[in-house]
Amino acid sequence: MSQTEFKNVDPPFWVAWNQALASIRVRFLRHAITSLGIALGIAFFSSVLTMRLATGPDPSDPGSADRLLWLVCTSLVMCLVGVTNSMLMSVTERYREIGTIKCLGASDGFIVKVFFLESAILGAIGSFVGAFLGSVLMMLVAGANFSTVMLVTLLGTGTGIVMTILAAVAPAVQAAKMPAAAALRVDV
Amino acid sequence: MSLDTRNVVVRTVDLAKQYGDGEAAVRALNGVSCEIFQGEYLSIMGPSGSGKSTLFNMIGGLDKPTEGSVYVNSVDIAQLTPRELAFLRCHTIGYIFQTFNLITVRTALENVTLPMLFAGTSPDDADEKGMGLLELVGLGHRYHHRPSELSGGQQQRVAIARSLANSPSIVLADEPTGNLDLKTGQEIIDLLRQLNHEQNVTIISATHDHKMLDVSDRIFHIRDGQLASIDVKDEVPT
Ligand SMILES: Nc1ncnc2c1ncn2[C@@H]1O[C@H](COP(=O)(O)OP(=O)(O)OP(=O)(O)O)[C@@H](O)[C@H]1O
Ligand SMILES: [Mg+2]
Repeated sequence: MSQTEFKNVDPPFWVAWNQALASIRVRFLRHAITSLGIALGIAFFSSVLTMRLATGPDPSDPGSADRLLWLVCTSLVMCLVGVTNSMLMSVTERYREIGTIKCLGASDGFIVKVFFLESAILGAIGSFVGAFLGSVLMMLVAGANFSTVMLVTLLGTGTGIVMTILAAVAPAVQAAKMPAAAALRVDV
Repeated sequence: MSLDTRNVVVRTVDLAKQYGDGEAAVRALNGVSCEIFQGEYLSIMGPSGSGKSTLFNMIGGLDKPTEGSVYVNSVDIAQLTPRELAFLRCHTIGYIFQTFNLITVRTALENVTLPMLFAGTSPDDADEKGMGLLELVGLGHRYHHRPSELSGGQQQRVAIARSLANSPSIVLADEPTGNLDLKTGQEIIDLLRQLNHEQNVTIISATHDHKMLDVSDRIFHIRDGQLASIDVKDEVPT
């Protein structure tokens, strides 16, 4: 009788990358909407930031900075919750697919990687578009210079990516915990 | 040739599985001990709810038994870490499902190569072997099609090609013809039998399908979570 020898080989990074891209391509509309939500949240964040950098604090209303900060944080949190929610739905929807991939030999780490990548790709596209448009708009309205726009676009995109990766933690963990036996179920 | 001289690929010892506890407890398997030999075509028969799929989950390393053990190639799979279990699923076992379960977002060829990429095969080698397997199941010309563009029978052929990707010693098929019409089901059965002969792969198949019984070397009858009887087919064709 042959003794099975176990080696741990992880598939190369691009296998997870391709899987994430394929998922986004096929469920394009849903992902586009998620990405649009991120874009709106980040557009708000970066337009506020651009305006502050362009005009400086308002001396007649010392409380305005706090109120703005509060508004911006609220909108980012709402955005994060929205992304988490739509990713959790897509985990439930892919119940059998995740089980099947596990049957084919995927480790839990691979499943986590695919979900993080999907989320990060959406986050990167959405927040770049949002950050750029938001700050350009404020450049036109409040007269910020172009280097401010570049700085804010960079900051906004970074914030957006960090936010979507945070948003993907719960869905990715849930997906990785999904039993491989789910693949055999006929009813879902 | 006597069965007893052949290699045992799967052995279960007093296997039991209970779902839930207390009032709601269901004992889906209740003390199943069996040996499955390398290269045989085994069918598992039994009424709905008798525990066939549960037995599959145990043999395939998809779920942990409540009591007893499963040995695959003499490795006790309860002792494996999650990573070793993933390795076992990748290399030693191929799975075929009633609902085909192709990855909907990938093409036929990508479905077949995915397990090879998990096994660390280079993309070129995987594509080459994947095309070979698709040709083996008669779908070489449809390699770039998505599952949604294939018929049920064709999807199941792709799934069969995928199950053989890493040259497993066992293929587990849970009602592989359950969602197919009579003729297509017969084609799938013939294909499985052919592959069983050509590749010497052990096929374990749960079924309600009487066509399946004609091609089986042995038949396990399961009743209420227990192995009720074993039929052995004669070596000489009748
Ligand atoms: N995840 C689960 N949780 C609770 N009970 C379960 C679960 N899976 C199976 N069972 C129960 O275990 C018993 C055996 O189920 P199993 O799916 O193994 O039957 P089966 O022989 O495959 O039936 P079928 O021919 O309908 O597929 C059934 O009574 C079922 O209700
Ligand atoms: Mg079943």
